[in-house]
Formats: sequence, structure tokens, C-alpha cells
Amino acid sequence: MKPYWLVGILGALLLAAFTLRGLFSSEKISYNQHIRPIFNAKCITCHGGIKQSGGFSLLFREDALGKAKSGKYAIVPGHADESELVRRLVIDDPELRMPLEHEPLTKQEVDLIRTWIDQGAEWEDHWAYIPPDRSITPPNTGDSFAKNGIDRFVYDRLQQEGLSPSPEADKATLLRRVSLDLTGLSPTAQEAADFLKDNAPNAYEKLVDKLIQSPRFGERWASMWLDLARYADSKGYEKDLERSIWLYRDWVIRAFNQDMPFDQFTIDQLAGDLLPAHTPLAADNHLIATAFHRNTMSNDEGGTNDEEFRNMALIDRVSTTWEVWQGTTMACVQCHSHPYDPIRQEEFYKFFAYFNNSQDADLYNEKPKLYTFTPENEQKVKQLMAWINTRSSSPTIKPANPSLNLNLQRQDLLSQLGYRKIEAEDFDSTSRHIELYDNQTTIMQTTEGAFCMYNDVDLTNVSSVTYRYTTSFPSFVELHLDRPDGLLISRAHVPATQEGDPGAWYKWKTFGTFRAPVQKTTGRHALFVVFRKDKEFRSDLLHVDWLQLGVANAPIDHNPELHQLVDSLAAVPAISTPVILERPISRSRKTSVFIRGNWLTKGKPVNPDVPHSIRRAATQPMENRLQMAHWLVGRDNPLTARVMVNRFWEQLFGYGLVETLEDFGTMGAKPTHPELLDWLAVRFQDEYKWSVKKLLRDMVLSATYRQSALVSPELQKKDPRNLLLARGPRVRLTAEQIRDQALAVSGLLNDKLYGPSVRPFNPTNGSWKEEKPDNRHRRALYTFWQRTNPYPSMVTFDTPQRNLCVSRRVRTNTPLQALITLNDTVYTEAAHGLASFMSRQKGNLPQKLTAGYQQVMYRKPSDEKLTLLEKFYTDALHLNTQKKHSKTLPSTQTPEFGALSMVANVLLNLDETLTK
Amino acid sequence: MKRLTLFDEAVLNQATFNTRRHFLKQCTSGLGSLAMLSMLESCGFGSPQTTNDNPLKPLSPIQSPKAKRVLFMHMEGAPSQLELFDYKPELAKLDGQLCPPSLLEGKRFAFIKGVPKMLGPQSCFEQHGQSGAWLSDYFQHWPKIVDELTFLKAMHTDEFNHAPAQLFMHTGSPRLGRPSLGAWVTYGLGSENQNLPGYVVLVSGQEPSAGKSVWGSGFLPTVYQGVQCRSMGEPVLYIKNPAEVSDSLRKKSIEVINQINELEHQEIGDPEILSRISQYELAYRMQSEVPETMDITDEPQWVQDWYGAKPGEASFANNCLLARKLLEKGVRFVQLFDRRWDSHGTDAGSGVGDGLRRNIQVIDKPVTALIQDLKQRGLLDDTLVVWGGEFGRTPMMENRAGDNDSPFKGRDHHIDAFTMWMAGGGIKAGYSHGETDEIGYYGVRNKTHIHDLQATILHVLGFDHEKFTFPFQGRNFRLTDVHGKVIHDILA
Repeated sequence: MKPYWLVGILGALLLAAFTLRGLFSSEKISYNQHIRPIFNAKCITCHGGIKQSGGFSLLFREDALGKAKSGKYAIVPGHADESELVRRLVIDDPELRMPLEHEPLTKQEVDLIRTWIDQGAEWEDHWAYIPPDRSITPPNTGDSFAKNGIDRFVYDRLQQEGLSPSPEADKATLLRRVSLDLTGLSPTAQEAADFLKDNAPNAYEKLVDKLIQSPRFGERWASMWLDLARYADSKGYEKDLERSIWLYRDWVIRAFNQDMPFDQFTIDQLAGDLLPAHTPLAADNHLIATAFHRNTMSNDEGGTNDEEFRNMALIDRVSTTWEVWQGTTMACVQCHSHPYDPIRQEEFYKFFAYFNNSQDADLYNEKPKLYTFTPENEQKVKQLMAWINTRSSSPTIKPANPSLNLNLQRQDLLSQLGYRKIEAEDFDSTSRHIELYDNQTTIMQTTEGAFCMYNDVDLTNVSSVTYRYTTSFPSFVELHLDRPDGLLISRAHVPATQEGDPGAWYKWKTFGTFRAPVQKTTGRHALFVVFRKDKEFRSDLLHVDWLQLGVANAPIDHNPELHQLVDSLAAVPAISTPVILERPISRSRKTSVFIRGNWLTKGKPVNPDVPHSIRRAATQPMENRLQMAHWLVGRDNPLTARVMVNRFWEQLFGYGLVETLEDFGTMGAKPTHPELLDWLAVRFQDEYKWSVKKLLRDMVLSATYRQSALVSPELQKKDPRNLLLARGPRVRLTAEQIRDQALAVSGLLNDKLYGPSVRPFNPTNGSWKEEKPDNRHRRALYTFWQRTNPYPSMVTFDTPQRNLCVSRRVRTNTPLQALITLNDTVYTEAAHGLASFMSRQKGNLPQKLTAGYQQVMYRKPSDEKLTLLEKFYTDALHLNTQKKHSKTLPSTQTPEFGALSMVANVLLNLDETLTK
Repeated sequence: MKRLTLFDEAVLNQATFNTRRHFLKQCTSGLGSLAMLSMLESCGFGSPQTTNDNPLKPLSPIQSPKAKRVLFMHMEGAPSQLELFDYKPELAKLDGQLCPPSLLEGKRFAFIKGVPKMLGPQSCFEQHGQSGAWLSDYFQHWPKIVDELTFLKAMHTDEFNHAPAQLFMHTGSPRLGRPSLGAWVTYGLGSENQNLPGYVVLVSGQEPSAGKSVWGSGFLPTVYQGVQCRSMGEPVLYIKNPAEVSDSLRKKSIEVINQINELEHQEIGDPEILSRISQYELAYRMQSEVPETMDITDEPQWVQDWYGAKPGEASFANNCLLARKLLEKGVRFVQLFDRRWDSHGTDAGSGVGDGLRRNIQVIDKPVTALIQDLKQRGLLDDTLVVWGGEFGRTPMMENRAGDNDSPFKGRDHHIDAFTMWMAGGGIKAGYSHGETDEIGYYGVRNKTHIHDLQATILHVLGFDHEKFTFPFQGRNFRLTDVHGKVIHDILA
């Protein structure tokens, strides 16, 4: 810390000198450089966006120049002597002197403010709100060091600090570093061999190009994005039930692998539903991208108000959008204007209005959802539909519309043939008596009078209803139109499906079906299914698996073969993904400000728009989400490219050029290399056309990135976190990298791409034992993400819970981490794998151990390290042979193999292994 | 910035300095430099430099603390105050009458629908001890400890469902994402025993309905989250070596890991390597100390009997005995969750009559022994003990069937009045604070909100709850949000 204090004191001294000079010169005072720091440090907490003591706020010029509560003008541009602000800074009366009950401002500070007011009190935007200067070029320096423009900026700064860069790291270190960074995995044996023996000057470049094309690339960068997207496989809150949304995860992986330009990547996720699509497949992909904002938590607990949690989700969508693309913290603006940054509360709700028209409403069934099929099932559906079309030969059946989503085509056909199985929309929201059981497949009903609602059901020609259910107690099920107590169209007395009372509802196993007549009606209605007890009250009466409406004279009733085909068609499983879809304009919601953030207290109505302090050239309001998404990645947006460049930088170098990845506002950190940041941001947009691969390629090809991480005590003291970049990055690997590396070097990794999340062995959840063996060693990002019970080794290595968007993982260093890599089953397995590898190597013990070390580190161990490993092997072997063994041992249980496994365990636990 | 004059540069430096200083102030405001060391990394101001920068290093608060450690017993499901502590003879007189509409207007209940009947207390009450505390006849042993306790009889909360109410109790917010009380405390005070986790959670019955988030670290680094020690199986995940690895083999392996890391440090110079070396040493010490502490068989038989503990069970009694052992060894925050208290009266086990009486038998003896044991070991003086559920229960009978002929008497969730108690360091002994109306429906005097309770707990530990903050998403967050008052009346 010391250097900063020194810099501070030095700064203060120089500041004094400056001010004296300033008094005698007419040099223009800069608001950003001179005045804002004073206001932010001394004034803004009481005169900002929340507290506006005395009716005076310094956030916006128009507020600051207005009349304060006292009736006086705090700032009169051009006239410091008439400005109340200046008077109050120097007045003797301690009850009037500002800052109240704090040290007065120094004479120099007051003089600066005085001069600035005299010069007209011009406000300037915060640096991050001013678009980057497109004319910046790298400084003409550092020829001996620089490999590209990045290095010239870095070198320039180092020179100013009296530092020089470090030499390039050795090839093996570089190989491992860049491979872990770009693909999240250590290099394959082939990649390593190719690179290490390639002495061409562009060997490294060739390696980088190979890694960037690897399908592993997308998996690695998806991990970063999924933290921002708060991706999880469960819904959060108390019930935390499973959510099927992995197709979104796969979409992200594919987008990175295909190097989808970041602007398109943005627009698809924020507004894919509003994009024109030429094929059903393109439309499906656009919709899957919108699942970005369906990763918000939703609450399935009974008694919770769906509207409340719908609003919570929307608030999260606003905050997340702002944090991810604009590096701006919005959480505080939901209740009041931003305390430090120029964003008014009203503007939060204007932005909220972009999301308020989404159809989703915290319903248990997560509607609206997109249904898609695996390629095999897609073929099956198409085939069955074709067969059915040829066999039904009914003139009333309209052919499917091929431009629709395939599942919609299927539903349409099934419905026309008289097959109408329906899914509940909503429950009686004031009780928990209807819940979902068995991972949401079963509706469980518990109370007399409770209901569930099926929205928008076509009842024309419906003559019967079939329930599939289980219970030990006979009871009644009624169907009402439009309201829970609306017109009764069916009342069924459903018998017990099993004899006797097994004691607890969860022991009901026997499902049966019951068919009841339905009074004829027409048109589409909301259908309420109401449950009534018979003689006996129980806290649980009945569990419904599904219900199906029967149509009188349906084509399938007369044709058994057709019926069978229809059953098979209906049975083909679809993958469901919650997506964003707009409500029709006729049913669009109005948005109002929530007073103090309370969703029940509505204030002024607002229309969609983006904050004006960031969208400076505000000509017309931006009416919809698609326009808003375009604005985020438009040329005028000052933040998106900077924020994103900074995120990629942090992933490679350990710290961002702006350290607060999540906050580019006035309270965030200042960039260490402002011109480098802007230069990269401009290149990312203009030159690379938002290509992430090109951006990353530039970064890893820089000499800055390739430096050795070796650090002298002096440098360590001067720049402990390597913000000046006088050495190469050296930080602990992420949770995903640690696991994936262990699996890769031990030969256990199943490198299958994509698919539903997997459940590797997990001591906190016994049911995960049932996972298929080949899913136990998939890459970490495929591990099922349960919000309330995250996978132990992931959280221990600092992954967030993914309830909310998190930009930065804080790297901790704890004993629980050691226990994971020492004892977690997967690391034990990895040690065995690595031991097998060593035992397969030719040669003597030192050669085997060297091969093991090389398998992890890609270089030979130093003699000292090898000696330590050899000695340890001998000790371990000695301890192992002391144990009593049966005479015949399988080869994996011999004392020798045990000792090798221990060496492997040691190798997987070395600091150099856990670090890049 | 092309032509940077010396003066411009000076001003720039000054500005940078100001921002950093502000950041630092934000990180540590209220805590002074206490938590600073541990938080440097996440606040963006230097990384832990040496092994001394252990995030769990014990720290002392600025204000003089009255308690050094906390034991929080959460009765998950919410026990009925009306059968246990809050004696309401008037309610007995109203038993069976229809609830007057004035009590139902504008109210939402989890289960009650229509007009319920009032339900008189299902237990008998008597006064005990010198303090004359009212206590239900469900308790056989607690009369012995009432003079150690301060009852908070007019507690109230904002949430009427279990999971949000539990989150509210433990994180100050009904939504996921905030750090738990225990995480805050461990962040602020570190741990006195480096061989054990600083914040230990023990669960009997199922896990709380709010899940592990009630002992999560929210936006604080995960190192501060509660470590759930299991009374069956491995006490801490992965604390046990695989079967083929003996203790001496593990010891040797950690030695060689650290020797190689030492060489690495000599070569590279990164101080983080030293940190890792000390964490591996600590992991090894934990491997022996945790299982030892979590083993109750080494306690004398009479102590086991006193608590009603039986080795090998995942019982509340065992957890009470473990809690004493952990507190004695310097664990900062011990939290017991016991899930059996949701007295809806939908079946025989969940009524406020025999059901609740049976539940009390599970905790009566162990809690008594625990308080007495802490006292006799001199630990009660500087250990803060808190007991209670996440909300209370209604004076009305819950009637799910809607026909008032349920054989079991139950009560619905109630947010406006319930009883908790505190004891030990900094808290009055033999005291009762707050009062409810004649039927125990609302607090009428000295109402205590959840945030007040949290403010008081932090106060006793030496923190000002308004200044103990952490910056996240642009805001300085605190446990008590923007609420909470310390209950000075109950401080010793």
C-alpha cells in the first residue's frame, strides 16, 4: 500500500503547486480531472442521488444550478462570489460550514472550485460515458519488446514507472498457459509435441490458431459467460426445482465456437424473439438465445405471489443487462436515483419497460417455452407425421404449416385428430395445497376447494376428460369454466387407485386413469380443475399426472392403426426451453415507477427508453427491446466494447484494465491503461467487427501476455497484483479448469460436447450415484447446477451460486480447497489415471516420475523436485508394504501402484498445477 | 493526455489516490482496518501477501464486545409461542368461538381460509425460577435454566412462508443472495481455532426448507460460508483420506507438496505460493482435529446421558453436545437447525397438543444440559445463545378441511407475534422483554423486529450494524439493510 500513500502525498504537494499556478493563469479547469474527484470524495454522499440534503444535488448540472431549499443558488456560473456553495465551504460557523462535521476542504480545493465556477461551472461526463477516441494509436515506443500494439501501451506505462518488461516465458510454460486460457484444458499430447518440437519463429502463433479453432474454445468461454447469465439447471428459491434450459448453455458454446460476432450475440440474447427468421431452425435458435433472461430465479413455493416474483425477475433482468453490457450497477436505482452515477430512478423503470411485456409470469410450468427435438427424434416426428397424413385421409385435416416450429406442427396435427393432452398454467396462488411433485411431473393436490387452471383451452367438441392420477382416498374432481366457481361442466367421483392407506402420500405409487363425461360447450376457455374431498379429509387427496380431453367423433376413435400412430407421435419426447416472447400489443402491460422499489406502490407511468446520460444523442425514443439491443452494440454506445474487452482481458491477465469489471461508474476503479482500453475497444468494434476470436488472438499474441511470471521482491513490492504488467500473468485456475485439467492429464476426460447437464458423484446428493458412468467425467461446465446445493468442489473453488449476475470471481485460498484436490473422489480417480500413465512408461523410476510430472507441466522437473518425488515414492512404497495384504492383488492395488498414485496425487496438488 | 504537464499529472495522481482511498474506506468502513487484511483481495487493494493474511485470522471488533462467539439454535418450522411461553388465559376463554372479522381484515395467511375458530392454549403454564418466567408444562427440564434467559416475547417478522422467513432471519433479506449472519460474523471476526472451520452448522431432521443459503456467504467470499458438519458420515466433506491413504502417508504427501511448493516459491517469487503452503498445513491439522472434535464418544457417559446424546445418531441431542465441544475449541459461530416444528395439526404428529409435547421432549433435556454445561465451564459469559423459530403461530385454529371437525389442533404461520430467547454474553439473565395483546396476536409493548434482533447480536459482538458493510453491485450492503435498532433493554 505504501507506494500509493507516497503518490498521494506527492500528489497533494504538487496539487498545491498547481493551484497557486492556476490562480495566476487562465488555464481551463477540467471537471473530470479536478472537480469531480473533490465532489465524489467530499460532497456526493449527502448531495447525490439518494440524499439531496438541503434540496441540493451535484449529480446533474441542471439540478446543481437550480435553487436549493434555502432559496439560494448554490452555483452561479461565472460568479463564484455569488455562489452559496463557495460561501458555505469557507464560512466560520460550524453549523453551516460544509462538509458538515467533517474536515473542511483545503484552500487549494476551494480555489479550484472557485476558479471552475468563475470559468462557467461546466460539467463533463464521466470518462466511461465519453465514447472512446477512435484516433488513438499505440505510442511509438518499445520496439525491442513489442509484438503488437498492446505492448506499446504497456511499455510506455512501464517506462513512466521506471520499470522494464520481463523476458518471454519458456515454451512449456507458454504452452500450458495459453492452452488453459483459450480452451480451459491443458494441451493434448499431440498439440504439445507439435509445439515443443517446432522451432519456426511463428510456432507459437500456429499453436494459438489451432487452440482458437478447437471446439474446447467455446466450452471454456461459455464458463465465463454463464456466470454473467446466471445460468443454472434449477429455478432457485425454496423449491429450487429442476429447469430444463441446457440448450441455452449449448447455444453459448456454439456461439463462441462459431465466433459469432459479439453484436449479434448480444442482439440474439436480448431480442432474438423480435428478429425476423428465414427458417424454423433459425427461429428456434433465436428463441433459445433469449433464454439468457429466462435464467432468472422463479418461485414455486405455495403462497407466493406470482406477480411479485415476476417483478423480481424483471428487476434482475434490468440489473443484469446493465452489469453485463454497460458495467453499470443498477441495483440501487430500483429504489431511488443512483447515489453516484447520473441515472435517475425513473430511468430504471423506463428500461424495465423493455422487459415488462414478456409473457413469462413466474408460473410453475415456465411458459412460454420452446419445444425442440434431438436430431433423431426430429426425424421420428417428421416420419410419423408423414405416415399419419397419408393414413388419416380425412378431408377436414389441414396440413401442417412447414414454416412453424416442428412441435407446434405436431400439436396442431394431434389436436385435429382429437388428441388433446393439456398442461396446467396456474395454481390457486394463496395456498401451497397444490404443488408439483416428482420433479414437476405430478400435480399434487392437498386441499378441499384448491384448483389449478388450464389457460386458453379449445373446448369445441370436447365430450370427455381422462385423468391419470393416484390416491388412496376417493374424491371429486370438477371442471369449471373461466372461474374456479364458474359453470360446472364436469364432476367426476374418482375412486382410490390403491387399497388401504399407506400412511404417507409419497408412498402412493399406483396410478390409474378415470374418464368422465364433459358437458358440451364451444370456444376457448380458461378451464379450472377444482378438487373436492369425499367422506374423508386428508392433507393430501390426490395426485394428478396429466389430463386429456376427449373429442366426440375424433378421427382416432375410428381407426386403431391411426390411434396407435398418434400415440407414438405424442410420445416422442421434446426438449423444453423457457424463452422470452412478447405479449400481443392488445394485452401489453403498462409500466410505472415503483415508489421506493416497492412493486405494489406504483408511481408515474413511463415508456421504454435508455438513460440519457449514456445515450447522449437521444433523438427519438427507442420503443422496443430490439432497438435497445441494437443501441447497446451501436457505435455510439460508449460502454459495451470497453466493458467486454475488459472482461476478456481479466480472464487472461487475472485483473481487468478496469479492475471493477462490474462498475465503470464514478465509484468504480479507474483504468490502469486508459488508452490501451480504448484502443482495444475501438479495434474490437471497427477492425474485428466484434470477433471475439480475433480480439483474444491479439491479446495472447502480445509480448505482454507471453512474459515470464517470475517476480523479484522489488517488483512484488511495487506492484503486488501485476497491474502494471511488468511480468506475465500467474493466477490460480478456476474451479472448472482445475477439474478439467485433472481429468485431462489422467486420461479420464470424456470430451463429449453439449447435451443435458450431468450428475457426477456428489457426496451431498446420493441420487447422483445413479448417473451413467460415462457422464461422470465430463467437463465441469456440464455439471448440473443446483442453485441451493451447488456442486461442492465448484463452490469451494469460488464459483458463484448463480442466483444473480456475477462479473468477478473472488479468488480465495483455503484449506477446504486442499481437501478437495487431496480427497475428492474425482481427484482420487484422476490420481489413479495418472499413476497408470506413469506405470505404462518405459524406463526406470525417475523416468516414470519425470513422465508423470511432464504430463501435467509439459516440462521436466528440476533435479531437486525429482529427488523429492523419488524419495516420496520410496517412503510411500515402504508405508504401503507395511500394510497387510492378501497374497494376490489386482495390479491397481499393488504397493507399487499405490505409491505411484500417491505421487500422482501430489502432482495434482502442486501450486504450479493449480496455477496458470 | 498528449501533453501532460507536471501539474496535470499531479492532479491525476491525486484523483487516483482519492478513488482508491475511497474504495478502501468503502471496504472497511465501520470496521476500521479489522477486516481489511482479509478483504484486500476482493476490494481491489493488494492481495494477501504472506501466511499472516489468512482470511480467517482472528480479529477483534472495535467496540468492546460482550460475547466472542455465537450459538444459534433454529427450530425450523416455527414452534408455537402460545403453547410454550406466551401465557394467554384470555385466549383459553375464547376457545372455539369464531374469530372476529376485525382480526382477519387485510391479513394473509398461508393456510387459513374463511373464518377460523379461536384456539385456546393446549398446555398448562406455571411460573418458574426467581425471574418467575411463564413456561409450559411441556417442559420438564427448562425450568432449571429460565433464570439464565431473556425472553423476547413480542418478536415479529415480515414473511409468512418458511423459506423466505428463514432467509430473513439469517440473512436479513427474504431473497437469496445475501450473506448469512454467521458469514458476516466470521468475516468480521475470523476464527480463533485455525484447525476447525470458523462457522459450523449442524442439522437434525431434514435440511431447512430455505436450503443451504441460510448459512451461505452470499456476496462475501465463500471462505466465510457455514461449513455443514454432518453427525453421520464424514463430518466435513473430504476430510477423510481415501481408504488406501494412511495418516502417515498423508502427512508425508503434504510435506512433499509443500517442499516442492517452497522450491517453486524460491524460483517464481509469488507470495501466493506461501499462502498455499500454509493452507495445506491447515488442511492437514483439520483432518485430525475435526473428526476428533466431532466424535462424542470421548465424552464421559454421564455427560452423554446428561444431554441425552447417543453416539452414531444424527440427533439434536448429539448436536447440542457437539455445539459445546466446538464452542469450547474456539469456533466462532455454531448454528443448530432442528426441523420438526411446523404445527399445522394436519395429522397427529403436527398438532400443538401431543405432537408439540413430543417435540419438546426432543429438545428439553439437551438444551438444558447445554446451557448448564456452558455455564459450568465459564463459557456462557462470553457466548451468545439465541433460540427460536422463523415466525410464530396464530391464536386461531387452522382448519384445512374447512369443517371444523379435525381431530388434531393446529395453528397457522403468524408473523406478528412470537417468542425467542437469548442468553449468555452481554444479555440479561432472567428477564423478559416485550408483551403481546390478550390473545397473543400482536405485540403491544417493546416489539422486536428480526432486524432489531440482528442489530443486537452484532452489537453484543462489538459491531455497529449500521457501519458493518460490504460493497456489492454498487451498494454498501449490511445485514440489517436500512433497518434495525439495538434492543438496549436486554443488555446486561
